[in-house]
Amino acid sequence: MIDVLETKDTGEFIINVGPQHPSTHGVLHLIITLDGEMIKDVDPQLGYIHRSIEKMSEKLSYRQFIYVTSRMDYLSSHINNQACSLAVEQGLGVELPSRAKVIRIMMAELTRLASHCLWYGSTGLDLGAVTPFFFGFRERDEILDIFEDTCGARLTMNYIVPGGVMYDLHPDFQKKVKQFIINFKKNFHEYNDLLSGNIIFQNRTKGVGYISPQDVIALGCTGPVARGSGVSCDIRKWYPYEGYENLQFDEILETDGDCFARYMVRLREMEQSIRILEQLVDAIPEGDFQAKTKNVIKLPKGEYYQKVETARGELGVYLISDGSQYPYRVKYRSPNFSNLFAMKTMAVGQKIGDLVSVMAMLDLVIPDIDR
Amino acid sequence: MTKEELKSTLTTLFPEATFEENAFVNLNISSVDVLKVCTELKENTMFDFDSLVCLSCVDWKTHFTIVYLLRSRSFKHELMVKAKIDNHENAEIETVRNLWMTAHWHEREAYDFFGVKFLHHPDLRRLFNPDDWDGFPLRKDYMDEVNIVEL
Repeated sequence: MIDVLETKDTGEFIINVGPQHPSTHGVLHLIITLDGEMIKDVDPQLGYIHRSIEKMSEKLSYRQFIYVTSRMDYLSSHINNQACSLAVEQGLGVELPSRAKVIRIMMAELTRLASHCLWYGSTGLDLGAVTPFFFGFRERDEILDIFEDTCGARLTMNYIVPGGVMYDLHPDFQKKVKQFIINFKKNFHEYNDLLSGNIIFQNRTKGVGYISPQDVIALGCTGPVARGSGVSCDIRKWYPYEGYENLQFDEILETDGDCFARYMVRLREMEQSIRILEQLVDAIPEGDFQAKTKNVIKLPKGEYYQKVETARGELGVYLISDGSQYPYRVKYRSPNFSNLFAMKTMAVGQKIGDLVSVMAMLDLVIPDIDR
Repeated sequence: MTKEELKSTLTTLFPEATFEENAFVNLNISSVDVLKVCTELKENTMFDFDSLVCLSCVDWKTHFTIVYLLRSRSFKHELMVKAKIDNHENAEIETVRNLWMTAHWHEREAYDFFGVKFLHHPDLRRLFNPDDWDGFPLRKDYMDEVNIVEL
């Protein structure tokens, strides 16, 4: 759905990409100024899927507003729920049972893997290879089956609630996760064989969409986008939550700052998530999966801020309570919002065909930007 | 810097500011001082707040506060700066996008939802809502019988 808007006297074209373009993975509308094939300017038009989740959250109770957040970054819904639950628990001052903490970390890491698998598939599809899509979805489906057993959903989980998790794990959970780890390790070399070493793929991503570490910090990028430029920003390492400090894993950094570096960060991150799962799968403590909380939650008057690392970067939940049953104000600092802002820096000076690579490596989820 | 050190250094630098305690050190300032304070916080090597994590606006019915969450990557300390805008009818505040570029869209979002004008912002348009949208949806007095369903 690319159509030419107007031609200026200078020979520059202004074209629209989207809102229904397949490579935008949602309803993102870009107004691009082109000089021949070169991109001169990118102006994203947001709001096509804006639902005002922040306003909705003000009308919902502390138990209810968590369900809405599953619809923000729907590929990281467990982690969104976790961030909100942690913010509410800060206000309640409850101490979670250790079983709940471990379940949450395992769910978060499985979510990260599922999200990166989908990103891998769609990246291949965007850049003209169909097979990665099947590889990515093969692993993703296995994870979603594990989720379905335990929480009954495959996309909008709503499993992590204030005080712990909603139900106990499915009896088959450990067995299935172990089987998944074996399968994933067996299959993972195919990911690298198919795309990482592929010369066509490398030509389309190496040296494309460069962003410097200074720009990354100034533009507020987080997650794999920032780590692809060598900027350390993993919240799990910087401000550990829920016991990440006791786990062995590395923060992945690449220094090239181009699309291929961002690709490699995500691929190598998948291995680290597997590493975390391996440490936890045999060490799920027995006990309660939920702390005792009141049915109607009222937070003390005050402000609570919680940051977590989603598959795309730093998600912040800023909660203001006036002492009543409903939050006074909720603000989500979503990772994709700032990452998309950096797209102009990456894309200007590139060819129009490279825009697809840049967008694929940003791993955009539009409902997370629009909220 | 620890929270106590941060607080004592800030007190000597900005004697007119007040503090609140929660998980963060909160620095309460008036909206007219925002550029002066933020420049100092960013440029002073003692603080080195090189990243703006989050910029939110809060409608307190009589006034607005703009909340800047700052982080220093070298010291790992964080600070919340709260700028109070007294004029609710005609809210204005100086932009900080020249200090932290990421504020560009955050400020456009705050303008879109709250109607707070960011002075000297080069491109202050609505970000999510259409340009001809009436009113500012996240204000507490915003009424919309069609789209907002009261439970």
